[in-house]
Amino acid sequence: MTQFQTTLNINGQDKQLDLDPSTPILWALRDTLNMTGTKFGCGAALCGACTVHLDGQPIRSCITPISSIVAGQKITTIEAMEMDKVGKAIQVAWVKHDVPQCGYCQSGQVMSATALLKTNHKPSDADIDAAMSGNICRCGTYQRIREAIKDAANHLA
Amino acid sequence: MRNDWMNGIHNVGADLSRRGFLKAAGVVGGGLVLGFFVPGANKMARAADPKKPITPNAFLRIAPDNTITVAINRLEFGQGVSTSLPMLIAEELDADWSQMRFELAPAAAIFADPVFGIQMTGGSSTVKNSYIQYREIGAAARAMLIAAAAKQWQVTVPECHAENSMVIGPLGYKASFGSLAESAMQLPVPDSVALKKPAQFNIIGKPTLRIDAQAKSSGAQQFGIDFKPSDTKVVLVARPPVFGATVASFDAAPALAIKGVHDVFKIATDRGGSGVAIVANGYWPAKQARDVLVVKWNLDNVEKLDSIKQLAAYKELAKTPGTVAKKGDMSALANAAKKISAEYEFPYLAHAPMETLNCVVDLRDDACTVWAGSQFQTFDHAAIARTSGLKPEQVTLHTMMAGGGFGRRAVPTSDYIVEATHIAKTYRELGKSGPLKVMWSREDDIKGGYYRPAHVHRVEIGFDKQGKILAWDHTVVGQSITSGTPFEKMMVKDGVDDTMIEGLDGAYDIPNKISVHNTQANASVLWWRSVGNTHTAFVMETLIDEAAHVAGSDPVAYRKKLLGADHPRHIAALDLAVQISGYGKTKLPKGHAFGVALHESFDSVVAYVVDASVTKNVPKLHRVWAAVHCNQVVNPLTVEAQVQGAALMALGSTLPGAAITFKDGAVEQQNFNDYIVARMSDMPTVKVSIVPSNDPPTGMGEPGFPPLAPAYANAIAKITGKRLRKLPFQLA
Repeated sequence: MTQFQTTLNINGQDKQLDLDPSTPILWALRDTLNMTGTKFGCGAALCGACTVHLDGQPIRSCITPISSIVAGQKITTIEAMEMDKVGKAIQVAWVKHDVPQCGYCQSGQVMSATALLKTNHKPSDADIDAAMSGNICRCGTYQRIREAIKDAANHLA
Repeated sequence: MRNDWMNGIHNVGADLSRRGFLKAAGVVGGGLVLGFFVPGANKMARAADPKKPITPNAFLRIAPDNTITVAINRLEFGQGVSTSLPMLIAEELDADWSQMRFELAPAAAIFADPVFGIQMTGGSSTVKNSYIQYREIGAAARAMLIAAAAKQWQVTVPECHAENSMVIGPLGYKASFGSLAESAMQLPVPDSVALKKPAQFNIIGKPTLRIDAQAKSSGAQQFGIDFKPSDTKVVLVARPPVFGATVASFDAAPALAIKGVHDVFKIATDRGGSGVAIVANGYWPAKQARDVLVVKWNLDNVEKLDSIKQLAAYKELAKTPGTVAKKGDMSALANAAKKISAEYEFPYLAHAPMETLNCVVDLRDDACTVWAGSQFQTFDHAAIARTSGLKPEQVTLHTMMAGGGFGRRAVPTSDYIVEATHIAKTYRELGKSGPLKVMWSREDDIKGGYYRPAHVHRVEIGFDKQGKILAWDHTVVGQSITSGTPFEKMMVKDGVDDTMIEGLDGAYDIPNKISVHNTQANASVLWWRSVGNTHTAFVMETLIDEAAHVAGSDPVAYRKKLLGADHPRHIAALDLAVQISGYGKTKLPKGHAFGVALHESFDSVVAYVVDASVTKNVPKLHRVWAAVHCNQVVNPLTVEAQVQGAALMALGSTLPGAAITFKDGAVEQQNFNDYIVARMSDMPTVKVSIVPSNDPPTGMGEPGFPPLAPAYANAIAKITGKRLRKLPFQLA
């Protein structure tokens, strides 16, 4: 395998990587950059635990190889949400509504919810279903997630 | 010791006499640290060090900076004990809630469940079993802080009281817990303490936000899978496709050719099998290597389970009498005026917690340290010692925050921990050293699990002309969860595993007989959220509903009649569910119907009323009203969360694809594409109400599961006229 030298812009900082080009962003984050807020859940874009933003769009980092990222693209992870107006509002609502149980899926839930509110300021239940159904929570926090998203939307309005 | 200042507080000294408090001896300067003596253990071994946040034998530390850190003697994996146990201490301590912190305790005898006697998390028992234990700690610390303040101010103890992490005395005296902690540490620990009466509670019973919510909403929370000591290598294992199969041969070369892959070697796996471990510098190279690794498996001597054949065999068995679990006269069946003959099917289920299994093992010549989200620290600790060949005192097991579990992390065989320890041992035998982190992919999790066993129930019910039940002949077929485990002695009586029939002989007054067939199959089985109640409640609550139909009665009225006067908690829960749902009063839209079910498990009663509809043979659950009787509620937000979560998980078990099946001995499913769990779009609104009570708390992590699917099935039956007797549901 040939190694692949690339620079990824993560949370506004350029990170040099020297990895196999097929390496998913997830493992570059977790194993190389020690950014463990982004979680592994399925490795196949089925559960959403690994959701990050690529130029503001939610993507599944477990199936997105580092080689697919082109110069100028920006990756944003859960670690940067506190500095993001919408992300912060979502996190505040998450705590207020006591959303997490085991909490393992919640990084991905917060990333998907933030991306939703950035494009849809007043999501309906159907909008929330559409945007959030790719994120599995085995603990069953969906009802509180729904309430927290609506609350965050109201606060941002 | 009963102090005047404890006016109106009932004494619980008798409970304390069993184990007495332990104050960290001979160390001062870091606050107040309290733990317990362990009967039969070396009382002063590993004295608490108050300079560290939590010491190996301490339950509580009050630091000079006023923070109060509570050791959690359980696993936190979502159920909320890292908030509810600190609530118990904070209540008796009269602490400022914002100062409460927690840490998960490592494996140690002192952290054993006070009822089970081993360190474990299960059976919805944390709050129930530690309700007194944690409050006693808080009460003792408060007594010592008040005594220290009284001494400092030269006033009497009754002149002082505690509130909001302050001791307040006469003449405007006031001191924070943190400022008093060191002097309190010098004082004797009270021989006994008295606890508050429920009327005095300020924290218990109050909706309280989780302590860990912020960390879990920001990516900051560290889970086991996030933990990586320096120089840790990642391990993936190629496990046999059929349980217990062995490696015939393998070619490591293609795997070793992947950059970042260090070692490939054969190891022993669970259930007598063998596999191949790949050691790499990260998950991705390990996975790439496993994908190209060529293994030839020896499948000759292992049973190759086939779910279709198993089901057919179970159905035949169910027609024959099994080992009798409960005797009953079934002679009335033959000439009964009306009859129901019902056959139920339940598949294997995987736990599939969001965080897949993982564990870090640092094995050295004379010590082994393991970090894992263990639900069974006592067994897992012993298993590490046994597997590594070290003495128990050379083994340290740290409990890591876990991303769900639902039973999968409570394995009597310690399967994944034994495997990881074995890998570390083999690695050392190859002359290598350094910590290893064994990780499971989702495919490993789905295919290499321990499962909720598949079951068939067969029930014959005979009624008289008025619909009164004359005889109820119930046969259950399936694998025993506890046979062959250390729990067998406790749970298997006269050949009947209680976990297979729990919930069948419940609160209803019915003339029933229960028998079981214990089967063997090459599929390991395990408890899975609410265990036997996952299937028994479905059978009972759908049949009771059907019996009400036969009798021409309303299902709620019918249940209440069968419950009689001896089950006030059931009645209270059912009445509350009816009240909050509008059952019998509210008219639902066309195509919708209410469904009802009620079940007691883990000493708590949950009643559901649900609103469901069916469109073109596709059912939908819209709204759920839950009424819970769990005696004294500690944190209503936790109860609500546990019921919402359990309801959702139960709904998931009804969805097409919520089944593990075997073919040629191998699990046919692999990931969330073919093992279906509930998603956001499936979630109904779940409104939870709690029956008020001050009796000692009962279980809450699991009781929300059992009655949901039957309530849903009962609503569907009302709409379609078709009784569902198979999980997952199949309407067409």
